[in-house]
Amino acid sequence: MALVSFRDVEKTFWKDDQSAYTAVRDFTLTIDEGEFFCLLGPTGCGKTTILSMLAGFEAPTRGTIELAGVPISGPSRDRAVVFQGDDSLYAWLTARENIEFGPKMRGVPPRARREQSEHYLNLVGLRGQGNKFPHELSGGMKQRIQIARVLANEPKMLLMDEPFGALDAQTRRVMQRELAKIWEATHKSVLFITHDIDESIILGTRIGVMQAGPDSRLKDVIRVDLDLGHDRTHPRFMEYYKVVHGLIEAEVNKTLMREIEA
Amino acid sequence: MSGPADTRRMTRVVARAARVPVSASRRPRSQRISGLGGYATYAASFLTLFFVWHVAATYVVPSVLFSPPLAVLDKLIELARSGVLVEHVGVSLRRILIGFGLGSVLGIPIGLLMGNLRFAKRFLEPYTEFFRFIPAIAFLTVAVIWFGIGETAKIFLIVYTTIFIVILNSMAGVLGIPKNKVRAAQCLGASRWQIFFYVSIPATLPFILTGMRIAMGNSFATIVSAEMLGANAGLGTMMWTARLYMLVDEMFVGLFTLGILGFATDRLFRFLIFRFAGKYSPVA
Repeated sequence: MALVSFRDVEKTFWKDDQSAYTAVRDFTLTIDEGEFFCLLGPTGCGKTTILSMLAGFEAPTRGTIELAGVPISGPSRDRAVVFQGDDSLYAWLTARENIEFGPKMRGVPPRARREQSEHYLNLVGLRGQGNKFPHELSGGMKQRIQIARVLANEPKMLLMDEPFGALDAQTRRVMQRELAKIWEATHKSVLFITHDIDESIILGTRIGVMQAGPDSRLKDVIRVDLDLGHDRTHPRFMEYYKVVHGLIEAEVNKTLMREIEA
Repeated sequence: MSGPADTRRMTRVVARAARVPVSASRRPRSQRISGLGGYATYAASFLTLFFVWHVAATYVVPSVLFSPPLAVLDKLIELARSGVLVEHVGVSLRRILIGFGLGSVLGIPIGLLMGNLRFAKRFLEPYTEFFRFIPAIAFLTVAVIWFGIGETAKIFLIVYTTIFIVILNSMAGVLGIPKNKVRAAQCLGASRWQIFFYVSIPATLPFILTGMRIAMGNSFATIVSAEMLGANAGLGTMMWTARLYMLVDEMFVGLFTLGILGFATDRLFRFLIFRFAGKYSPVA
């Protein structure tokens, strides 16, 4: 059974001057249990809007979104979000306390919390860094805290909104490898937003390419069947790259043309 | 007319301006003023001030109307020994502490409420924006006919001068919380109250403390003026009386004591911020 289902979802925003902007229209997608689904698209195509609606931060204007058959009605610990920047971390808490935030909110006793945070600190490669405050850690380390924080809360799925978008290229590669390892170990269902073709092929089990906005919807979905480690020069990787690139190139150009005309 | 967008911008400006002194507390230890080197710099700074003052009062504008530092120091010791100065200082400080405490205790919850509830903000903002521009000292006449020239009038004025800046900073703190901090808490399963206590309050604390620090400065300004215009004791009274008898040294003792008291209170405040809220400070 599908874990997530979007059916004919539409999201319209009204600006101050009463003009309407429909970011997504007729968006339909199902994600299965244990999938790593990458949503790829040009800037402004409504990827983040899709994630925000699944997270429950925003309600769809039309259509339905369900998790395990239950309609979404606001944020919940079922669907944990890893945000792009680091402003979602609590600057007044240590790395460990940030990770323990969810368990603390639902009343897990300190000793059990401590065991959990220790486990997840190790899992994301932050052994021995638990007592540091976020500002004492690098960008990559902060994203590790975010990942550990959502995992420690045992959600049904992870929603990741370009979590490595603000990192430098080297760190991003390392983080992609780490995330792939973590996913191998946990097999949590993931919705991963990105505009990086490489990243989507390396991480995803399926890739959904979105059209340029407004009125964006899914253009195509590709199943990725690759087990090459992370060899980006392998011919099969290149094949996928060509296909995805072909799909997205036209959309990126459309976005650019619209920006120039506007 | 200033629309909601204007006031939002204004509160943000206040917040940004207010952020500066507190964020200094988050600098690495090596950059903080600490240890003997730091104190030596302070001492050198004060000594330079005294030296310039001395040269100015003795050689540049020698006049009975401009007391040199040594004469002021003599007078200060004399007044301190006789207990007069201690009494005046005690009276002024007591008024400030009570008024400032009350103003903060009332202002913080109101500011938090205005930051969290849109209705409360809409309803109460006209008051803060209206009264903020009427200086406390302008209320002196009204305060005196309401409460007489006793303690109540002065404490009322200190509460008044404290409360709006504390409200404004507390509110700006809440409004400035990054959206993702709240969203993260929501999807980690925190309830509305948990978000208030575990996210809003700690994220706002540096702003509240900064507002209080500014309010403390305002309180000093207000109490001195209020005491000059109608009181039996206090530093302002002491200076005003000195003027009647042309006791220039004593007026300078008043000024000097105010400076020292203000400096000491602010240091104490900073120390408390370091000690109890250092980790709540936003990262610069």
